[in-house]
Amino acid sequence: MPTAIEVRNLHKYFGENEVLKGIDFTVDQGQVVCVIGPSGSGKSTLLRCVNRLEEPTSGQIVVEGEDITDPEVDLNKVRSRIGMVFQQFNLFPHLCVLDNLTLAQRRVLKRDKAEAEKIARANLEKVGLAEKADAYPAHLSGGQQQRVAIARALSMDPDMMLFDEPTSALDPELVGDVLDVMRRLADEGMTMMVVTHEMGFAREVGDKLVFMDGGVIVEEGDPREVLSNPQHERTQQFLSKVL
Amino acid sequence: MKRSTKRRLRDGALYALFLGAVATLILVADWSKIRHNFFDGGVLKAIWPELVTEAAKNTVVYTAEAFIGGLALAFVLALMKLSPLKPYRWAATAYIEFFRGLPALIVIILFALGIPLAFNGKALPGGAIGAAVIALIAVSGAYMAETLRAGIQAVPRGQTEAAHSLGMSGTWTMLSVVLPQAVRIVIPPLTNEIVLLLKDTSLISVAGVGIGQAELTNFASDNVVINSSPTPLIAAAVCYLIITLPLTQLVAYLERRSQKAR
Repeated sequence: MPTAIEVRNLHKYFGENEVLKGIDFTVDQGQVVCVIGPSGSGKSTLLRCVNRLEEPTSGQIVVEGEDITDPEVDLNKVRSRIGMVFQQFNLFPHLCVLDNLTLAQRRVLKRDKAEAEKIARANLEKVGLAEKADAYPAHLSGGQQQRVAIARALSMDPDMMLFDEPTSALDPELVGDVLDVMRRLADEGMTMMVVTHEMGFAREVGDKLVFMDGGVIVEEGDPREVLSNPQHERTQQFLSKVL
Repeated sequence: MKRSTKRRLRDGALYALFLGAVATLILVADWSKIRHNFFDGGVLKAIWPELVTEAAKNTVVYTAEAFIGGLALAFVLALMKLSPLKPYRWAATAYIEFFRGLPALIVIILFALGIPLAFNGKALPGGAIGAAVIALIAVSGAYMAETLRAGIQAVPRGQTEAAHSLGMSGTWTMLSVVLPQAVRIVIPPLTNEIVLLLKDTSLISVAGVGIGQAELTNFASDNVVINSSPTPLIAAAVCYLIITLPLTQLVAYLERRSQKAR
């Protein structure tokens, strides 16, 4: 499998505070990589470095063979190939669902209105919210908003998807619908990097599990292996608290 | 004594005090003099047409000009203040602090009288009125710049991040994601700014205005002298209130609505 994302010796400082202390890892095409770890471990920062929402302090991030830390890179083009889903959904509240999905298609990919709407509706169908096209985000439940956010990212036809704790802000009964959508996406062969606390999802859907703590990758491997037989003491401590 | 009895007695005393004050006012006031001086029908009839077609109209026109000009200026200043480039931020901050710190009156005198004096009669465009309106633009722009900046910054960071993550450029993010939301946030404070501006147009009279250029306050004070009656002031006051009251009510409504939306 060709490599989708390769991170080499990534360091990130916030002022004096080093939150990523030399990260190396790869995501293969079609792979689902779940990143777990305690809060403050740097897992969200790592994810946000992959589309440069956070500026890496040093190190390289290579996406589909292109070094995106190169200052000459067309960042908007790179980002349009990488879908991202946020913990707080971040739908555009002043636009209806359909316009949320077509805005970037039209502005970035220069699709015409009819084409953008066709793609948007297809993706709404995919997340089971075709009937909500004309609704505004404020009138949707958290779970529906997050599924719209996933559909919005998918409407850009991304090569890979980043998920930043996509279910952490949801009421427990709404988590399942979002995870179902993500599971289907994984089954279709989407490359996914998922920062999550959902161990069940990581176990069932993940191809690789990465455990981070204190700005380093402590342990990585097959999710079932890592979850049931963690090698490192810190992994054991963390899992004993969350499982 | 029971607590409830005490409370009733206290409230009763307060009501009695209020009614007593109103009654005293009614009895003491010289109503015929008040009616004769402040509500003189003859004077009112004489100034009425011009009051509306000229003075009130001019007030509204000056307010609109100053507001539109000020808003455009404020927009540029707000973007400068949010610029990543330091000199732009410094310049915007210096401008805003300078003009917010001065009385509008002194700026109007400076623009309308000071500049022609300093530059051998070279005046700002539009004569004294033009200079006075430009002065109001300069001042209101400084105030509204801060309002706009606060509105832009009140749009959550996640909105910009979401737009960027979709590959949208900084300009498109600003235009189609941040500004539409910021505008909703700043409509109530900007409406307030219109009310303040409307009242500040009364300062224009100091610039010395020509025939047909007087706004409400100027017109009223001229007519006080002409008719030796304070009635024109009351007429002007009513005109101001007819414009400002609906606006302040609108602000209250918009603020209630935005609170509900949250």
